[in-house]
This record gives sequence, C-alpha cells and structure tokens, in this order.
Amino acid sequence: MPQTITERILAAHSGHDEVHPGHFIMAQLDLMLGNDVTAPLAIDEFNRIGGKLADPSKVVLVADHATPNKDIEAARQCSIMRQFSREQGVEHFFDVGRCGIEHALLPEKGLVVPGECAIGADSHTCTYGALGAFATGVGSTDLAAAMATGECWLRVPESIRVVYRGALKPWVGGKDLILYTIGEIGVAGARYQALEFCGETIDSLPMADRFTMCNMAIEAGAKNGIMAVDSITEEYVRAATDRPYTVYASDPDAEYVRTIEIDCSKIDLQVALPHLPENARPAAEVGDINVDQAVIGSCTNGRIEDLRQAAKILKGRQVHPNVRLIVIPATPAIHLQAIKEGLAEVFIEAGGALTMPTCGPCLGMHTGVLAKGERAISTTNRNFVGRMGHPESEVYLSGPAVAAASAVLGRIGTPEELS
Amino acid sequence: MSDLHGYAHVYGDNVNTDVIIPARYLTTSDPDELAAHCMEDIDASFVGNVRSGDFIIGGENFGCGSSREHAPVSIKASEVSAVIAKSFARIFFRNAINVGLPALTCPEAVDDIDKGDELRVDLSSGIIENVTKARSYQAEPYPEFLRAIIAAGGLVAYTQERLSAN
Repeated sequence: MPQTITERILAAHSGHDEVHPGHFIMAQLDLMLGNDVTAPLAIDEFNRIGGKLADPSKVVLVADHATPNKDIEAARQCSIMRQFSREQGVEHFFDVGRCGIEHALLPEKGLVVPGECAIGADSHTCTYGALGAFATGVGSTDLAAAMATGECWLRVPESIRVVYRGALKPWVGGKDLILYTIGEIGVAGARYQALEFCGETIDSLPMADRFTMCNMAIEAGAKNGIMAVDSITEEYVRAATDRPYTVYASDPDAEYVRTIEIDCSKIDLQVALPHLPENARPAAEVGDINVDQAVIGSCTNGRIEDLRQAAKILKGRQVHPNVRLIVIPATPAIHLQAIKEGLAEVFIEAGGALTMPTCGPCLGMHTGVLAKGERAISTTNRNFVGRMGHPESEVYLSGPAVAAASAVLGRIGTPEELS
Repeated sequence: MSDLHGYAHVYGDNVNTDVIIPARYLTTSDPDELAAHCMEDIDASFVGNVRSGDFIIGGENFGCGSSREHAPVSIKASEVSAVIAKSFARIFFRNAINVGLPALTCPEAVDDIDKGDELRVDLSSGIIENVTKARSYQAEPYPEFLRAIIAAGGLVAYTQERLSAN
C-alpha cells in the first residue's frame, strides 16, 4: 500500500511494514522533550511511575519559558529540572546561558534529524516536521510515561496535503503562508490530522520559513506538520550534526483526506486579528490599528533570517515613540550571530530592546507582558484572549516584516508604507 | 458504575488552554493553586460558582492551544466531574484521559444543554441525562485502546503495569 511520509515514519518506529490512519501504535521514540512549565509536572508523574529513564540520551530538558527565572516560583520549577537532570544523567539539560527557545535550539544542536519520531511536552514540538521528522506535542504525563518506557502511544493521523505554487511577493515568507493557510482551513481544520506541506514554493523555501510553517501546524489543530527532505534540509542538518539519519518520503499515490492548492503569487503580507490565528487577512486591509508593543522573536520567528528581515526594515529608522519594540533572538548562537552581523546595533540604535533568548512574552509570562487595553503586533504564534498579558489586551500576529514596519509606523502596516 | 451528577457551565467553540489556566499561573503544578484560577480569563465567576460534580460544556475544539496539562488538572481539581464537548483538541484530550478527567464527545448534548441544566452521566454507558429537560444523549464511545488506559486508572498506572509485565 502507498504511504505518506508520516505513515512511513510511524510504521518504521512501531515495527510495522505499513500503518493506516486510525491505527493505534506504540511508537519507539528518538526524542522526548520538556520545558520548565511542563517538565516539573512530568517529573512528579515520572517519580510516581518510579525507576530510571529508559534512555537519558533521548531526553532533552530546556529551561526556556520563565527564564532567566522571573520569580521565586519559576526558580523552583527550574531547580526541579536541574536536580532531576543530575540525578538521572540527562546530558541534554539546557540552563540559562546555554538554553534557547526549544524549537529553535534542538534543530540547531542537531538533536532532531530527518526520519526521527519525537514527542515534546510543548504543543509547538510539531516544528521539527520541517526536517522530515514526525514530531508532536503531548502533555506532561505522556512525557513521564515516555521517559520511563521510551515509547508513546499514537493514533496514526489522516494526512492533508497542502500544495503551494507560485513565486512569493516581496517580504512575504513562511509566516504569511501559514497564517493564510490557517485562515483558509480554520483553527480546527486539521484537528487530529497531519498537515503535509509541499509544492514548488516549499521546495525553494529556506529552512527558517519551513520551521515557521510546521511550527504553526498545531494552530490548525494538526497532530504534526511535515515536509519532504531535500538538499536544503540536508545542508541544514549536515551543518548541525554528523549523526546519521533516514530520509522518508510520501509515495506519489499515497492517500490524503484532502488536498488544498494555494497560489502563493496572490498571498500578501498577513496579519491574524485577535483572538484566533484563523483571523488572517492582508496586512494592508487591517485598517488603522495603533500598537503599544512589537515583539519579534519566539519559536515561530526568532531565527537569524527573521532578525535579518527586521533589521533591514529598522536600519536607519526609529521605533515610533508610542511603541516598545522587543527583539528576542531564539538561541544564544542566533544572539551572537546578530551581534556579529551588526543586527544588534540596528535594533538598539532604532530604540528597540534586544533581550536574551526566552519564550517570555509569547505566553504572557514575562519580558513584555501587556497591560489592560494594550495592543501588540507580534511574530509569535497565538493571539488568544490574555495570551500576552491582561485578558483585555490584544495580540495581532504577523511575520517579522510587518512587525518591524509596524514598530516604526506606530500602527499595523507594511514595509511599503515606509518612506 | 460511576454516576456523575451536577450542573452545566456552558462555553462556546475553541475554548483554549490559555483561558482555562493562564500562563501567569504556570509556575506551579499544585492542583489546588491551579483550581483557584480555573477558567479565569473566559469566566472570572467560574471559581466562585462551580460546585463539586458540575460539568463544563464546550463547543468544537475544546482545549486547543498549549500542551499544558495544568488545564485538565485545574478543571479536575475544581471538582468538575467531566467535560462534554462537540470535539476536543487532541493534546487536551490525551491529557484529560491521562489525568483521569472524563472528556465526553457528544455534539447533540452540547446543542441541547443550557447553562445551569442539571445533568447525570453514566460513564460506563456514556449516557448523558439532562434532568432539567428530561432528555438523554449518547456520548461517543472511547476507542478500545484508550479504554485499556482508563481501565488501568490512567497512564501512570497503565505504564506501571506495562513495565512490570516486561
């Protein structure tokens, strides 16, 4: 039987020649991830199960959410992870100074490679599908059981194929493609299913944009986002690690529950209005919306390519006096690169704040929390009620080009509007 | 035979985990502390109104968003006996099963139930009885695979059984 890439990876990790949507399998995992929000709860549950980690080398713990410790309680969560890592021999524990936002950090460190099967107690674990891996988010108890056994039960998802064709307009990138796609299918449009992104536009898309797209598969309800491995993927992986990997691909006659064709030449810079990521529309049609804060960063858009795009717009310009610009490189390596390339200078000279890697403002934890009635344009991934702070604040989602232009304009706008 | 009994708290589609338990409270895993802020950003009166045994009724895609297990933990610690929805986001559904919070899929019930309706639920049959409206509905059965986890008493117990069998 023909198989999709998702089915091929899941079959290979569950001792089957092939698997089909609806099958329940016990998957052998290559990677299990937790962070300072989800790991402490997972550690509690792991201790209830008892025993040792099935394979400490496959466990990755990243203190990226409320760090550098925002308060005493956050410090306690991190100390639970730190102590557990020492006791159980977790070599891949990333603490402040060495930690970055997990979904940028793990691919950069070569901790996830094509063909692998990964779970993470973080919903954006689906990011790694950009490497041709199966990766999905789970909760803390699932992580605990996986750490104890090396396995996780999964229901094989149906696959939706999204085919992107045509050349991108100026400034348009992966964030615009995925916001547009979520706008088309809705926040539950791929619920329990795999979103397989393909087509000539994807074939020429840089890795950073591919990560951004797979990262937000969860925002359409998907179990995983996934893309085929090509020379762009292999070049990225070779630069990260010399670990071996396996390339899986969808058969040409594999079965999909739905195929969606998207003409990228018609896609403008996108903005998703509060309070759902599906509220996507062209940035130029948003109207006159003032912003108090602009955030450029996160597991969605905190990579060096995102910072370069923002710096290109901000160079020689000033952030609007009513706007607080917060730029967050996703990992220490990206942070250093931004300094070496002179991007840090651009952001600071423009009147922006350049901070250390952290998830902080994306989920309203710290480093940029909104007050009642405030509004942000943000390159993050969710704009739910209260996501970045007060329940009466608002988040508009965009890519780095619109966020940077809006920071200068003081209202939501595009780079074309800057003189 | 577990017979659940309580009153309905009704919400709409896409109730996400950020509104169930906002991230500002995620520096603890303590169930009672989490319960003190359950549903805070969608219904600030929930904590004051909820009584032991009550039900949360949601529309499509209940529990979408973040993987935070703190969401079903906060609901369970609020002594809510079950969530009934038209559909669940997959991570929330897994988490609910794993922590022992019944998550019942029943669009018909959701369309019919109003805020404050008195409900009884028989978990073994999946029958939801609306006492107020004198009607009953049949929830979708759990897949057989999940029934094994539920029968074991949750994922921790299920995992212990698997490990001791090896």
